[in-house]
Amino acid sequence: MKTTFIRLISTSMLAILSLGAFGGCSSTKFVRVQPWERTALTDYTMRSDRDPLAVTMAEHIYFSRESASGGRGIGGSGCGCN
Amino acid sequence: MQFRHKFCSLCLIILACVASGRAAIQVGDKFPLLDPSTLVGGTPPATEGQITLVDFWASWCAPCKMSFPRYAQLYAKYQAQGLVIVAVSADENQSAFDAFVKKESPPFATLRDKTHKLVSQVKVPAMPTCYLLSRDGRVRFIHQGFHGTTTEEDIRREIESLLAEPSPPS
Repeated sequence: MKTTFIRLISTSMLAILSLGAFGGCSSTKFVRVQPWERTALTDYTMRSDRDPLAVTMAEHIYFSRESASGGRGIGGSGCGCN
Repeated sequence: MQFRHKFCSLCLIILACVASGRAAIQVGDKFPLLDPSTLVGGTPPATEGQITLVDFWASWCAPCKMSFPRYAQLYAKYQAQGLVIVAVSADENQSAFDAFVKKESPPFATLRDKTHKLVSQVKVPAMPTCYLLSRDGRVRFIHQGFHGTTTEEDIRREIESLLAEPSPPS
């Protein structure tokens, strides 16, 4: 009796978890921002390099601590085009 | 035995969940109709019996800006032979759409999918994406992104191959 109950609970838990996982996969609108919904992500304010002073300070920190500079040549914003 | 029944039910539920996700438009699929009630900016051109290039773009997408002059060239060359280009924008702002169209002034039809009904239906995988349709309205080629001359040459070759095909009997 006890074994059957445990089995029932575990099956139910597995079913709920599977529904959550596979349901999310089947409906992509819950998973990520769609390519056509990226207007806000492409806004200038979303750029990490929009403040020249902050970029200079960050570069100085990297150079001082890690003796590293550059390597920030990633163009574009968040539209994910191409 | 009871456990086996439950396991089978669980598998069926999982399969149903996976199957409920609507698939994106693929090569060979019939392309959805261009519904004038959800597309603003003009009347969708007649595409029956024509080779149609449907381009999904947005004003905030840099490769889209690059693609418009190339599409204009293709349109100028193949329009007389039966090529129709419809550029469908996914812009949320009408003003951004208007500004882009005014700046580029493309010779082909530009429409805005204001409710995102068409882009959702097609499940456009990236911006820009263009679908090249044969005369029977089926998707024959899909291009994700626009990679300059490479994409332009590919599309040119595909248009010529579609134009060379005989028209379907009416």
